[in-house]
Amino acid sequence: MEHKLFEIVDQPINIEELRHKVERREAGAITTFVGTVREFTGEKKTLYLEYQAYQSMAEKMLEQIGHEIKKKWPEAQVAITHRVGRLEIMDAAVVIAVSAPHRKTAYEANEYAIERIKEIVPIWKKEFWDDGTQWIGNQLETINYPEGKPIEKGEF
Amino acid sequence: MIKVLFFAGIREALGIDQLELELEGIQTVRQLKEQILKEHQLPTLKQSMTAINESFVTDQEEIKEGDTVAFIPPVSGG
Repeated sequence: MEHKLFEIVDQPINIEELRHKVERREAGAITTFVGTVREFTGEKKTLYLEYQAYQSMAEKMLEQIGHEIKKKWPEAQVAITHRVGRLEIMDAAVVIAVSAPHRKTAYEANEYAIERIKEIVPIWKKEFWDDGTQWIGNQLETINYPEGKPIEKGEF
Repeated sequence: MIKVLFFAGIREALGIDQLELELEGIQTVRQLKEQILKEHQLPTLKQSMTAINESFVTDQEEIKEGDTVAFIPPVSGG
């Protein structure tokens, strides 16, 4: 069965489907991480979000995260789906499923995946508040890329 | 001819998602950025990463005929 392990979609994510993508007889643990749309960030109330992606490259970068994980945790199997378009409060924006023989690997590799998504995958979030909108990621000017590219992990 | 892709805040500020242009003496990513900044007010371009043909590159990277260059503002997926 051909199924994409790393995917950008514009429809609601089926969490169970991701779990099935990584389940196998060798696994003793499957962790699923679900990133959801939060209503309040501090005092600020989010009405809804819009995600945009450079789709082809984003899927390629998700795949790269998969390679990095394989290198660090050879026994882990990972699947990642990120949704784009308009998302409402509580909707799942990203789901990561990792299976491994033991739970520690499944937890660690899963956390690694979400941290890397936030560094290297070309996806952007636009917040819609009742008093305005903002593309997130650039407004504070706290993130700089002295080399013009992100820090590489592993050899790719 | 190269293709240049814009996303998020940059796309919104420019009002276009891509353009095609002749290299005409532009050799590196840095020179392309400078060229665009001459024509447009885009403070976020300086903080952006750049990808050529879907791989991240540095500002020193050479641009070749037929390349697709994408400016990647700080990402906020997840």
